[in-house]
Amino acid sequence: MHTLMSLTTPAVVAAVDDVVAPVAWEGARLAVWLVVVPLVSAAVLLLLGRRADRWGHWLGVLASAASFVVALGVTVGLLGLPAAQRVQDVSLGTWVDAGALTVDAGLRVDPLAMTFVLLVTFVGTLIHVYSVAYMEHDAARRRFFAYLNLFVAAMLLLVLADSYLLLFVGWEGVGLASYLLIGFWNHNTPYAVAAKKAFVANRVGDVGLVLAMGLMFATFGSLDFGTVHAGVAQASEGTLTLIGLALLLAACGKSAQFPLQSWLGDAMAGPTPVSALIHAATMVTAGVYLIVRSGVIYAAAPTAQLVVAVVGAITLLFGAIVGCAKDDIKKALAASTMSQIGYMVLAAGLGPVGYAFAIFHLVTHGFFKAGMFLGAGSVMHGMDDQVDMRRFGGLGRYMKITYVTFMAGWLAILGVFPFAGFWSKDKIIEAAFVPVDGEPWRAWVFGGIALLGAGITAFYMSRLFFLTFEGQKRWSARRDGSAQHPHESPLLMTVPMIVLAVGSVGLGWLLSGAGFVEWLEPSVGHAEHHEPVLPVPVIVGATLGLVLVGVVLAWRMYAVGQVPVAPPRGTVATRAARKDLYQDVVNDAVLVEPGRYLTRSLVYGDKAVVDNTATGLGRATVGVGDAVRRVQNGYARSYAASMLIGLVALTVVVLAVRG
Amino acid sequence: MSLTNYLVLAAILFAIGATTVLLRRNAIIVFMGVELMLNSTNLLLVTFARYHGNLTGQVLAFFVMVVAAAEVVVGLAIIVSIFRTRRSASVDDVNLLKS
Repeated sequence: MHTLMSLTTPAVVAAVDDVVAPVAWEGARLAVWLVVVPLVSAAVLLLLGRRADRWGHWLGVLASAASFVVALGVTVGLLGLPAAQRVQDVSLGTWVDAGALTVDAGLRVDPLAMTFVLLVTFVGTLIHVYSVAYMEHDAARRRFFAYLNLFVAAMLLLVLADSYLLLFVGWEGVGLASYLLIGFWNHNTPYAVAAKKAFVANRVGDVGLVLAMGLMFATFGSLDFGTVHAGVAQASEGTLTLIGLALLLAACGKSAQFPLQSWLGDAMAGPTPVSALIHAATMVTAGVYLIVRSGVIYAAAPTAQLVVAVVGAITLLFGAIVGCAKDDIKKALAASTMSQIGYMVLAAGLGPVGYAFAIFHLVTHGFFKAGMFLGAGSVMHGMDDQVDMRRFGGLGRYMKITYVTFMAGWLAILGVFPFAGFWSKDKIIEAAFVPVDGEPWRAWVFGGIALLGAGITAFYMSRLFFLTFEGQKRWSARRDGSAQHPHESPLLMTVPMIVLAVGSVGLGWLLSGAGFVEWLEPSVGHAEHHEPVLPVPVIVGATLGLVLVGVVLAWRMYAVGQVPVAPPRGTVATRAARKDLYQDVVNDAVLVEPGRYLTRSLVYGDKAVVDNTATGLGRATVGVGDAVRRVQNGYARSYAASMLIGLVALTVVVLAVRG
Repeated sequence: MSLTNYLVLAAILFAIGATTVLLRRNAIIVFMGVELMLNSTNLLLVTFARYHGNLTGQVLAFFVMVVAAAEVVVGLAIIVSIFRTRRSASVDDVNLLKS
């Protein structure tokens, strides 16, 4: 209600850390509706219950689409302003007023936020439409759309918030939506367990964010972006490094980065549209957003920034290696997501030179990965929910639209000219080769890893593509025993796939030509152009060469060669990659087992000390009572005797004392 | 007669009463012991009233008598009632309070 009322007040606060925006722009207030509309829709769908079953999904689609229209309007308005005024802070009144801590609820409407908003609402709306058909036979479709709307609202709040505290609200909101949607089919125990795993891993990351906020409050006395970023200049480097590392922990949890990545593979238990929207295109990129948004802090804490780049580099290889061995099409895509976000985090760890490319890749990745997930959903739809790629093969002839759209996504992630990935991922590889702080070793290490990652990416994505759409048919019977007869999905599913495929083809070229990097400058700062240690054509050539090697290798192994239906035992490396490089084993050994041991010893301690004290006290009381009870023998004469003896004793004492 | 004689007599009476209460089983006899103790007290009250030359002790003795009379009424009623149900007036038989 407060939000709605404050819409009528004309006060728009414009205060920015490094860019001064003296003119407040009224249109920025519209951004409030971006969050309100899907939130209200989610509330309506959840509160009306079954009464909304018949039309609930269309309300969900409408809410998401309405948000997209508003986002488009706000973005066009923002584009109409001079670049220096494109960071608009919208105040929504005081939210927390607790002694020294005062936090105003407010939105920051700037190019970075609007880029995310457009991505979330556009891809979100397409996936809403897709879900109408995909979830058609699910009795709980309305609830599914309520959760999707809730997710959209929370994600928009996350990216629009103008303080870390409000961002945290959105951060938790998307975590909740993710939990609800991974466990959407929670009657299936492993799915419910996967949801719990994602939730717990995310909470570990949240500790980082809470810690960072505590440090910020202690250092700057405030939590809003403006004050914190302005105060960075006065803070000590040690504190800033701590804040940076805590923020990185948060980003690792949310974005499935090493060492908190183990939940993403299991999160594929959710319905495929969820995997596409939350676990590929939007939520998992929130960590990248957090790092880029806190760029000012990282700029003053080079150690933390280096750790960011290292984490990104490790994850990009980790995800790529895991992706090579997975046979479950969704898990292979999840590993790929992890790896691609590793690229983004690596770019974000390179500093201002990489921020714009991290966001650029995030946007193009949002399109092509969502498109491929929807394609995977379409394949599963046509193949009786089969996810084992060894049981696919030759599907390209039966599902033409899925085949072509998936191919667009595949070429985009490979980074083939002129598909989207070429414009974003190759830029990150180039940026990784730029020596930072005059230390060339970093350029060689990060650049080399990024280059190697591109080659492995080409191999595992081609493996996925060929196993599914090329080669021989290795289909199994349907669950009811009849033969598989794959078919193309309905229009409601294919149209979003086509739109995303068009994005996968043209978005990179389009945004690159439209000056995407310059558009982000008011938010992420201007980066001087630096020369990489290798000439750019050499890097591009090497990348494309490695990609070609990866594709040819995959073609020979999985399209031309025989693919066994049962997974072969494989080398040590394959077996390790199948098991996520033993991440779960390590987690179990390092965290879960000690935790269990701790709880067991706590339970034992509780029983031995606390319980025994309590029961012992009781037992002692009973014992004393038992002893004293014997005095009460019921004989009136013995009572009289004790009275007399007592009286005499008392008298003697009194006399003796007075004596 | 000296004060000591009265005090000794009262003490003897009280001791007899207390012994009766503690040693005899018959409720009626026990009751008589109680009465004896009360009367030894009365004797003391009266003695000291005389000794101090005021009436306070004598008045208190009357009070004790009244209370004793009331107590006897209630007590005898209880004893009769117990005798009727148990065919016995022994105080040791009435030990239901023992668990």
